[in-house]
Parts: sequence; structure tokens; C-alpha cells
Amino acid sequence: MIDWNAHLIIGPIVLPMIIASAMLLLDERRRTLKAALSLSAMAAILIMALVLLHESANGAVGGGDTARVYRLGSWAAPYGIVLVADRLSTMMVALTSVLGGCALIFALARWDRAGPRFHALFLLLIMGVNGALLTGDLFNLFVFFEIMLAASYGLALHGSGEARVRAGVIYIAVNLTASLLFLIGVSLIYGVIGTLNMADVATRVATISVDDLGLFHIGAAVLGTAFLIKCAMWPLGFWLTPTYSAASAPAAAVFAILSKVGVYVVIRLSLLLFGADAGASAGFGLTWLFVGGLATIAFGTFGLIASRDLSRAAGFGVMISSGTVLASLGVGDAATLSGALFYLIGSTLACAALFLLAEILQRGRESDVGEARAVFDDEYRDPFDDEERNEPGLVIPAAVAALGGAFLICTLMVAGLPPLAGFVGKLSMISALVGVGDAAAWTLAAVLSVSSLGALIGLTRLGVGAIWTRDEDAPAFVVGAAELTAVAALLGACVFLAIFAGYGLIYTDHTAAWLADPQGYIHAVLGGGGR
Amino acid sequence: MMELVLALAIGVLSASGVWLLLRPRTFQVIMGLSLLSYAVNIFIYAMGRLRSGAPPVLAGEVSDPTRYTDPTPQALVLTAIVISFALTALFLVVILAARGITGSDHVDGKEPDA
Repeated sequence: MIDWNAHLIIGPIVLPMIIASAMLLLDERRRTLKAALSLSAMAAILIMALVLLHESANGAVGGGDTARVYRLGSWAAPYGIVLVADRLSTMMVALTSVLGGCALIFALARWDRAGPRFHALFLLLIMGVNGALLTGDLFNLFVFFEIMLAASYGLALHGSGEARVRAGVIYIAVNLTASLLFLIGVSLIYGVIGTLNMADVATRVATISVDDLGLFHIGAAVLGTAFLIKCAMWPLGFWLTPTYSAASAPAAAVFAILSKVGVYVVIRLSLLLFGADAGASAGFGLTWLFVGGLATIAFGTFGLIASRDLSRAAGFGVMISSGTVLASLGVGDAATLSGALFYLIGSTLACAALFLLAEILQRGRESDVGEARAVFDDEYRDPFDDEERNEPGLVIPAAVAALGGAFLICTLMVAGLPPLAGFVGKLSMISALVGVGDAAAWTLAAVLSVSSLGALIGLTRLGVGAIWTRDEDAPAFVVGAAELTAVAALLGACVFLAIFAGYGLIYTDHTAAWLADPQGYIHAVLGGGGR
Repeated sequence: MMELVLALAIGVLSASGVWLLLRPRTFQVIMGLSLLSYAVNIFIYAMGRLRSGAPPVLAGEVSDPTRYTDPTPQALVLTAIVISFALTALFLVVILAARGITGSDHVDGKEPDA
């Protein structure tokens, strides 16, 4: 009798892998079967993720937080490979499965027919993301990152077309270079410390001799650069907006989680390796994260205001949310990080919903990204000449009302305005920053508020353009039932997060406290003994 | 002596790789990526400490573990070679598609003066 619960942690990795490989054997024309297979796989992953989340939320039997460790092949930790599900990784796995499920439902309306092997690529992407979130050692992190990226190259090009291929060349080149940096960083760390298990590295950071410390720091910095490219931190993130706005809507929506995987790894490694116990290395790189995060928020906000196209604006929204979390991590305060983690969940869901909405709103219109266009096309018109706009009797069809409402929720979430979850996250970050109270904290609080205003201005303008002052010759809005379900589910998750914000914040508070004290993680992985 | 040769090889490969990576034609970019990945693969070996003629797998009674070389970097290099090889092939396909669709092998997909 197999104890299924003991193997639960590997499920979110193995299940999509098996289904995706089985799907490669099926004929491309058996769409219904493929759709049913991938939907049920995503549903099963969601259930597993929620079970893991529930377990990590409730902690150990005797009270306190715990991490579930799975030893592959039953080899003990520093020598064998382990998967670790603690509060942070289960939270991210649950977020991935919600986001992935919604993007998949959206794709079923028509995007899964735009090119071959969509379902297999999609499930492999989910497998890579889950693996990267659950793995406990650096080299498997590399392997899962590559699985995730290889699938994302396929998805970025899904549907083909000149814009996608052009953006894809740059996307792939940047990510291949980042992967090489990743390898350099990993091998430098291995050369100094002689282990790749993250918990084992963490126990030895304080014991590195002064001669080797420089080499270790270079390794960590190179490794960090690779992840910061993935997070799209300024100035490493110029690839993000062209790629995401060119990609098909469900692909772009699920890509919203990819940059958050980068953020997750940065949070995990910097708090585990460079926490308070790290001796001479304590707090390494935090200033860089803080400054880079601020620059990313500023760049993303200006980019969002300058966007003429909703999917580009959503891409800049992804950058703002990465930058916010990185800068909050850079403050080095657990309460700020807790708010940032809460904000991460809400903003990722909202950005994904915005990508999906952008596709619905821009459908049937030529996307003219990068083309020269008059900024104000009514500049030289006499306002009283315009008879069409003065016509009485405004008709609001149901589709327009639903899309308008959805757009409003997205805007509130991305800008972080009340009463939704984006506001709760931002407010709890800002109140923690006021508690810290130094110049850096005040700067971040100010930048966060101004960026909210910027996002509000940019998105409102685009929303007015897309819904109210739409071209008269543009086709009417057509929304598939699957598409509406997907957007409604994502926004419903945002509303749910706002209603249960109290529980959410308690969870992220505990997560931030657990991350601030890496001994719990190290103890869970190494069993207290180490080697 | 071996250390010097190895360091020079890594240095020359990565310098040429970076230079090619920053060139405007896609063929040069893919050659640059290949050279860089060779450099990185050798670098991983070097980080596992250089040792010539020592076996990586323990056989029979182990009298002295220091006489064996560290097997981990070799496992890492093997994985890294396979992955970078596969992704370079994928990149090549995308580059060919870009060449076919845009009619230009410039990394931006259009000739600078066109």
C-alpha cells in the first residue's frame, strides 16, 4: 500500500510531466480529449497545491511553522536531492495553479488551436514552474528553470507571426545568456562551498574563510543577476514588454508568473544565505535590490503611462509588481516583506487578467506596436463639429458592461486602490515602512504612492480609449463564454483575496517571520544534523 | 601549467563569445552563445578543482578519498551540455524562422539603413 500523502509534494511536478508526454502521442485533431486531459490535470494540481497550502498554513502539530521535505530516492539531504514545501513555496505553487488554470480556460476559447502542441507546452511550463518553486538545491533549480524556459519559448511563439518571432529571438537570446550566468554563479558557489543543497550552503556561509569570501560574493552576485534578468529588474528587463505584448494572451497571462518565479528565488536565496546568521555576508546585496527595485518601479510606471497599447501596459504592470517586491525585500524588514508577499499574489493575478482583457478589447484591431501615430487624433478638430458624439440614447450592451467592470477591477488592483487586495498589500507595506522610518523606507513609501497614481492615470486613459471612445468602425465586442469565465475567475480570486485579506496577511506575516529565521528551513532539510 | 592553459582557454572563449553575442547578425549571436557555453562548461570543471588521471567513482575498499576526483562537477557539466545544446538547436530554428519571415538576418529583423 503506497502512502499517497507522503508523495503529495512531487505530484505538481510529475503529474503535468506524465500528462504532457502522453499528449504528444495523441493526434493534434483530438482537441476535446486534449482539452479535457489538460483541464483535469490543472484541476488535480490545484487540489494538490491547496492541500499543501493548507498543511503549511496550519503548521506543525506542536505549534510553530514547518516545512515538508521529500527525499528523492530516500537519500539523506546534503547528498541526495530534496524537494521542500514550506510556506513560501506552497503559496507560490497555489498561485501558479490558479493562474495556470484560468489561462488554460481562456485558451480553450480559441487560442489552443492557433498552433500545434499548445497543451503539452502549457503543462510542461507548469511543471517547470512548480519544480523551480519546490526544489531544494541549486542545480535542480537550474534544470527546472530550463524546462520552464524551453516551454516558454514555445508558448511565446505560439500562433507565430512576424511580431512574435521578432520578439522571440531577443527573448531567447537574453534568457540563454542568463542561463549561462546562472551556471557560472552556481559553479562559483560550488567551488567555494562544495555543496549545492541550499540549506547546506546556508549552514556554511558563516564559516567561509576571508580569502574565499570575495569569490563567494561574486558567485552569489552573478547568480543573482541571472534571476534579476528573469524578474525584469531595471536595467535588465527591457526584453519583457516586447515579448509579453507580442505573445498570445493566455501565454502572456501565464508568463506573469515567470517573473515572479525569479522574484521567489531572489527572496528565498537572499534570506536563506544572507540572513542574520551569515556572519560577514549578512545582508549581502540588499542595497542593490532596494535601488534596483525602486528604479524598476519608476521605469515601469513611466512605461505604463507612455503605453499606447493595453497589452504593453500590462507588461509594464508586471515590471512594477516585480520592482515593488524587490525593493521591499531590499528594506530588510519582515513586516514590509509580508505586505510585499500579499501584494505579489494580488498583482500577479491582476496583471494576468489585464493581459486577457487586453486581448478581448483589442481583438479585430490592427496592433500597431512601435508604429508612429498621432498622439491626439482630435487635436485640430472643432469640438462642436462632432455630431456623432452628441447623439443621445447611449446603448450599453451586456458585454461592454462586463468588460468595463472587469477593467475597473484590474485597474484598481494594479494601481493598488481601495477596496481591493492590491490596496491591502500596498497599505500594509507602507504602514510597515512608516514603522521602519528611515530615509530609504520613506523614499519607498513615496515611490509606491506615486506609482499608484501613475498606474491609475495610464490604465484609465487606455480603458477610456478601449471601451468608451472606441472607433466607430471597430467591430463589436465578442466575448466567448470560456474567456469570460477565465477573466471572472481571476478577478474573483482578487475579490476573494480582498475579502479574506485578514487571513492572507496572517499567512504572509508568518511566512515573512519563517523566512527571517532560516534555522527552521535548515533544520527541516538537514534533520538538524547537517554533515 | 595546466591551470594557465585552462584559464587562457576559458578567457579567450568567453571574450570571443561576448564579442560575437553583441554583433548585429543572428548567426554571430548564435556562435557567440555556443562559445560562451563551451567556456562555461570548462569553467564548471575548473571550479570542481583540477586533477588529472583521478577516477570520479569510488571502487571497492576506499583507502583514501582524497585520491578520487569530485564527480559532482562532471554530472553538472553533462546536464549543462545537454540543455545548452538542445536550447541552441531551438534558438537556431527560431532564427531561421525569423530570417524567413522578416527577410533579414539582423537581430532586429530589419536592416539598419532600410
